[in-house]
Amino acid sequence: METVTTDSPRNVHIDMGARKPNARPSGEPVFEVADLAVYYGPFRAIRDVSMSIAQHQITALIGPSGCGKTTMLRCFNRMNDLIETARVEGSVRYHGADLYDKRVDPVEVRRRIGMVFQKPNPFPKSIYDNIAFGPKVAGFKGDLDDVVEESLQKAALWDEVRNRLKESAMGLSGGQQQRLCIARCIAVRPDVILMDEPCSALDPIATGRIEDLMQNLKDEFTIVVVTHNMQQAARVSDMTAFFTAEVNEEQDRRTGVLVEYDKTEQMFTNPSDERTENYVTGRFG
Amino acid sequence: MAIAAKGPRTSDVVAQQLRGRSTDVKGIIFQAALLFALLLSLLILLVLIADVARGGLGVFQERGGEFLRGRLTVVSPTTAGVGQGIVGSLLLLIFVVLMAFPVGVAAAIYLEEYASDTRFNRFIDVNIRNLAGVPSIVYGLLGLVIFVQVLAPLTGGKTVMAGGLTLAILVLPIVIITSMEALRAVPDSIREAGFGVGATRWEVIRSHVLPAAAPGILTGTVLSISRAIGETAPLLVVGATTGLLATGGRGFFESFREGYTALPVVVFRWTSLPNEDFRALTSAAIIVLLIMTLSANAIAIILRNRYERKW
Repeated sequence: METVTTDSPRNVHIDMGARKPNARPSGEPVFEVADLAVYYGPFRAIRDVSMSIAQHQITALIGPSGCGKTTMLRCFNRMNDLIETARVEGSVRYHGADLYDKRVDPVEVRRRIGMVFQKPNPFPKSIYDNIAFGPKVAGFKGDLDDVVEESLQKAALWDEVRNRLKESAMGLSGGQQQRLCIARCIAVRPDVILMDEPCSALDPIATGRIEDLMQNLKDEFTIVVVTHNMQQAARVSDMTAFFTAEVNEEQDRRTGVLVEYDKTEQMFTNPSDERTENYVTGRFG
Repeated sequence: MAIAAKGPRTSDVVAQQLRGRSTDVKGIIFQAALLFALLLSLLILLVLIADVARGGLGVFQERGGEFLRGRLTVVSPTTAGVGQGIVGSLLLLIFVVLMAFPVGVAAAIYLEEYASDTRFNRFIDVNIRNLAGVPSIVYGLLGLVIFVQVLAPLTGGKTVMAGGLTLAILVLPIVIITSMEALRAVPDSIREAGFGVGATRWEVIRSHVLPAAAPGILTGTVLSISRAIGETAPLLVVGATTGLLATGGRGFFESFREGYTALPVVVFRWTSLPNEDFRALTSAAIIVLLIMTLSANAIAIILRNRYERKW
């Protein structure tokens, strides 16, 4: 894997020039998406998405239900491969390499690009085993105890569970379970963490803790987060991409398109597209 | 307000409204009908058990363990016993477990976790369900042709091996179906979690899907085994003997290639005898068979509870 430069790109201020959709974010790109379309069988879920995602930033994907933001997210670690009828057109480059090249092993992709899901989904095993599973299957040879402790600490969960590592993860609260899932993701030392509405099943306090955690994690990881919650996008993200759904009258199906992609501040204060403005001001969606 | 309102107080009116309609007659009748259906089926079972116990318990009081060890005979009711039947049934079970469990679970994993959703695979899926409904006598005929005749060099003809294999293919579809249902009940979020940390499909199945599905798989398997214990028709076809059975100083493994009998076959044979004395023996044999079947079911429940607690 390429070495990671940590020149704190979130503080770099680059004049974006004339604001236009699909502007390039500052910082080195981790992902470059070009003309992406995803089909589920005959149904086109998203089309013509081009965007690039910068290292050590939090990129938020927002938009109304059915706009394809989760589909987009699942393209980044080839999770869509698990859906039999899914088909991806266009290109997704990861540090310049084509993620959808025939020779690419999706398992290798997912070791580098981890995922946290909408509903906390710990394995029905002990807290320790939840964390240790990823490193084990990745062939990790060192001390698993250290990895477990380090991962739980980074996920701000260590103090709460240090004395009950052998207990079932199902006994944790929803917020703790979600932080456990983040710790599980961190344990394989990924380059990127994808989060699919990580707080939608949590209460505001647990949500706040996850958001704080994301801020701490972005020094080490690149984070892409899908969220329903505009305030959350505004609070945590550096860049925001707004998707919306085009209704296809003939098939009564929706196809997601990327409307605007810019710095978060810009998106929420002075968006260039009317649809973005309507959405972020709550007039639509 | 200071001025008291005339007419009924609001609280009284609301209280009246909340009291609802008069007694729900239809609901009560419906509930009674459901209860009746339940009691009827329980009653039939109770009558059956009571009848068998009345006839058979005397045998145990008179002869005790000697009946359990006695040999199969149709001429001497005072010495006849079910010893060979019990041994034969247990030997058959070994075959059923060894064959049907691994093959059935493997087939279920393939169909549920690996096979893509093509028309061909759906066709296979539907037909496995059909196979589970095929009358057992048909499996007996199949076993007669394949295991007794074609594979005679291996099985030795009408032997324990042939009978066990026949019962194994009889319960195989049931094992596959219950295992598939257990696997399907494992939420996809668990699989996604595994894939999300970079596990291969096999690692996800072995470490997470199978352990989560294990209680269901085990329960289904043990229940299908208890069905195998009670099967009679296919065993009659593939040669469980109903008469005298030669027993000598055979080793355990040799016994798989010998003639055999099984408990339900013993019951069947004794039922058809005109001699009144065998009536009581039949009931006693049924009690033994019931105990074996119920033990298998109890094991299923214990296994399921233990694995579920492990989480």
